[in-house]
Amino acid sequence: MEAAVLQAFQAFWNLFGLWDPLWAVFKPVWPLIWVIVKIVVIMAPLLLGVAYLTYAERKVIGYMQVRIGPNRVGPLGLLQPIADGMKLFFKEIMVPAKSDGYLFLLAPVLAMAPALAVWSVVPFWDGGALANLDAGVLYYLALTSVGVYGVIIAGWSSNSKYPFLGGMRSAAQMVSYEVAMGMALIVVLMISNSLNLTDIVRVQDKGRFADMGLGFLSWNWIPLMPMFLVYLISGVAETNRAPFDVVEGESEIVAGHMVEYSGMSFAMFFLAEYANMILVAAMTSIFFLGGWLSPVGFLPDGIWWMLAKMSAVLFFFLWIRATFPRYRYDQIMRLGWKVFVPLCLVWIPVVGIWMMSPFNIWK
Amino acid sequence: MMDLKTALFYVFSAITVYAALRVITARNPVHAVLHLVLAFFTTGALWILLQAEFLAIALVMVYVGAVMVLFLFVVMMLDINIERLRKGFWNHLWLGGIIGALMVGEMIAVLSTKYFGLDSMPAQAVAADHSNTKELGRLLFTDYVYPFELASVVLLVAIIAAVVLTMRRRQGVRYLDPARQIAVNHRDRIRVVAMKPERDLPAGEGK
Repeated sequence: MEAAVLQAFQAFWNLFGLWDPLWAVFKPVWPLIWVIVKIVVIMAPLLLGVAYLTYAERKVIGYMQVRIGPNRVGPLGLLQPIADGMKLFFKEIMVPAKSDGYLFLLAPVLAMAPALAVWSVVPFWDGGALANLDAGVLYYLALTSVGVYGVIIAGWSSNSKYPFLGGMRSAAQMVSYEVAMGMALIVVLMISNSLNLTDIVRVQDKGRFADMGLGFLSWNWIPLMPMFLVYLISGVAETNRAPFDVVEGESEIVAGHMVEYSGMSFAMFFLAEYANMILVAAMTSIFFLGGWLSPVGFLPDGIWWMLAKMSAVLFFFLWIRATFPRYRYDQIMRLGWKVFVPLCLVWIPVVGIWMMSPFNIWK
Repeated sequence: MMDLKTALFYVFSAITVYAALRVITARNPVHAVLHLVLAFFTTGALWILLQAEFLAIALVMVYVGAVMVLFLFVVMMLDINIERLRKGFWNHLWLGGIIGALMVGEMIAVLSTKYFGLDSMPAQAVAADHSNTKELGRLLFTDYVYPFELASVVLLVAIIAAVVLTMRRRQGVRYLDPARQIAVNHRDRIRVVAMKPERDLPAGEGK
């Protein structure tokens, strides 16, 4: 693709006879420019997706509750996210007088940056990742665990009671569910024999059902069913979504760590939360739902399958938010530590024995 | 002109040294912890420059992502009196100075002399497709499997010790066993009793 873009540029500037002097200037920095172009190509749809995920959330939950949802701004309310964004953008950012000023403004950045940085290793199609890291899974786990700092620092630096409680809750919750999440991924790594996200998807293309043209039965979600559920539910908890949203539980602590934030600084937390949701959806698709692979043999693989799977997982997130009441805090901790972690600890040897037995399906 | 790698090395080292200094000079303990996080992060970046990507990511994942979060968690809860903390500073300075000088001396001895055989371990040129992670895994589970297992047993003992030390059964806690909550049947809670009406309804009512 890089060569094609370069050729197009060359053809265009040759019309004016300017290509050679331009290329002499830009050749040393071209790799940098190309990476930046790729980053923009990933980030722009992502941020647009975040904006329209909020719209989808309001619409989906609206219909589930026999309402219409946003329908005033633009046709079908489609301009609602833009209106919300403009409103937040032009609002004043208030910094509480007794807060820790620098940290107060640093916290939204710390929440947002890891949520965006992880996208560099996500493969959208075969080879379609910004960085095809061999340690991609580790990179993903490391950066998602860094995301908790934004919430904790926001809670502390606000110097206020509700944000502090929210920060404490999120610290405990995210650390707990990272353990379950990491352990569920260990099983995926065992059968994939790789930490590379692209390889993890490729492994799911092989198997008896894939040979029969029924690829979706060969994806990891069936042979690793309990881990798929553990990962999916931990993902919901990790992103502080309902029914695990005690961090910002409206009925108890108003909006948790975001109480003191306004305008764009508030919007950054919001963006980070939704970017993380989309990320968990993408990762679930990659680890368990076959990424860009087509579910049936006669349809071609491609990025559209990846996007379709991500949308399905995101719909599931919205669905459970509309359906389930909020967990009590001690029950969240119990689910993470006393149900998921032991389940994973049992399942790791089970899959290990399976792989050593003659019934191994991942050769 | 230095190449990009060297320039990056100096940038990251400068940030590391600054962050490490701020850890011990920051008045607010939370700021100190956050500077420690920054120090870990830039150390990870330095390791990436050395092509040790597994170690770098593991450092960020374990220390930044887990250990320091819990550390921050604790420090934020403390009500620290900064005046009292700094009271013994001048009295203990000489001891700290000696220890610091010793550590610097040891590092100089190891890194700059030939007695420790550093020059017999030249930097190895690695191919671009060389996977550090895979190589480490292979070594850990073949040549070093016993030390590795021993380390994991030590960690397991530490985990169990931590659980045992903090475990306490409180009396009078109204804890509900979720398994029993789920297993409850409607017959355990309500009983539908068939009974005759207390009095006969007047004609025309109750239809």
